[in-house]
Amino acid sequence: MKTFLKIALIPLAALVLAACSSSPTGADLDQIASQVTQSSFQANGQAGMDRLQQDDANRLCSAADVAGQPLDDKTAQAIEAANLKTVKWPADGKFLGDWKNGEKLAQSGRGLTWSDKAGSDNGGNCYNCHQITKEEISYGTIGPSLYRYGTLRGVTDLNSPAAKAVVEYTWGKLWNARAYSACSQMPRVGHNAILKESELKDVMALLLDPASPANK
Amino acid sequence: MNKSMAHRQVLTAAVLLVAMGAAQAQDATAQGIAKYREMLQDGNPAELFEMKGEELWKQKRGPKNASMEQCNLGKGPGVIKGAFVEMPRYFADTGKVQDLETRLITCMETLQGFKSEDLYKAADSYGKGESANMVAMTTYVATASKGMDFALPQTNEKEKTMYEVGKRLFFARGGPHDFACATCHGVDGQRIRLQDLPNLTKNPGDGVGFAAWPAYRVSNAQLWTMQKRLNDCYRQQRFPEPKFGSDATIALAVYMGVNSKGAESIVPSIKR
Repeated sequence: MKTFLKIALIPLAALVLAACSSSPTGADLDQIASQVTQSSFQANGQAGMDRLQQDDANRLCSAADVAGQPLDDKTAQAIEAANLKTVKWPADGKFLGDWKNGEKLAQSGRGLTWSDKAGSDNGGNCYNCHQITKEEISYGTIGPSLYRYGTLRGVTDLNSPAAKAVVEYTWGKLWNARAYSACSQMPRVGHNAILKESELKDVMALLLDPASPANK
Repeated sequence: MNKSMAHRQVLTAAVLLVAMGAAQAQDATAQGIAKYREMLQDGNPAELFEMKGEELWKQKRGPKNASMEQCNLGKGPGVIKGAFVEMPRYFADTGKVQDLETRLITCMETLQGFKSEDLYKAADSYGKGESANMVAMTTYVATASKGMDFALPQTNEKEKTMYEVGKRLFFARGGPHDFACATCHGVDGQRIRLQDLPNLTKNPGDGVGFAAWPAYRVSNAQLWTMQKRLNDCYRQQRFPEPKFGSDATIALAVYMGVNSKGAESIVPSIKR
């Protein structure tokens, strides 16, 4: 009986193997997907084909998403380290701007699409994904709530040594979110030049200034 | 009631609901839109597109002066009922996986004698000229499957490959914002501003996500097909533009369509 089972199993195994070899492997499919991407898109306005090129962070995080497996710790840490190196700290050492302009930037989701004029002002897209102030009820939930962001982190005096770590972390997170979370969904607002340095300072103020409605 | 008046009244009601500013505003908005859809059930402007599409379908057109009535959409020549909820699918005569919109072009070429390159070019001017005709026929054919459940075939090797390619495209991050389709449509229960986002990695429910298109969009008074929907998603993702009917658009439709297995098509639906 045992022998019969073994013999009977051989053709089955061969069939399974044959089926596998005739289907594309994961690597083949990656290759096909890459070719399909190149042949399916066309530049339009400021949205050029270069936008399809992925850096290591995007390539590795996309592959992890396809696999449904998080990155291993070593890879994640390497991505975070590489992205942390890109953070540019304010040239004048000042991190905080005008929260009122920060609110305007947080409200705007404009910029960088093929239908936007190249060089026009970009928004920060913040409210698309985050709650920030109590007054604005039309907020998205892809990111965590940032309401009372500064207050909850104990920021009462922006110039105090106690606030320094939070202020610097927040700047780094806005500049390049992947420096702190390898596969974060948040756009790299400074690194990819979505907002300018002065605009980032304004968004910083919206989040951290005790006078900002975000902290009321 | 006069239709455009009904539109305006319900739109005003929806605007008021948004203005209420209460914590329930989101629910109220969703209810407002649901009520709006309900009111328009007997007067959905998409019906005009459907009617125009039916006329075009039966009309003798093109260099061969033939109708589209013998078009094979996967269930045999002339069968339109149930075709849409099984597309995109593999077609042996073209050797390709095609969605409804690109399959119509095949039929317009083989039956009516139009040149497919002209039709692809026309499709780039969405809703104008011959594109308007294709949108109308798409609506007509799709609506013949209203109330049916999505059941895309995954028997052919190319259909399986397209699913896997679509999955990779869905998760591909890129552009200045690092957005992928999955950024907004990868998990349950999220929203952008007050807009609910369907999770397209699985069946998000009857008439939701893939099963909600083609749809009439109130905000711009256009009928949007899945090709147009995907085109505008990629615009907002800050990607370069997907070409009409390109393999990327077909692969994504296969991925979303297969994931939507069992979802009821409510075509043609109404969107804000």
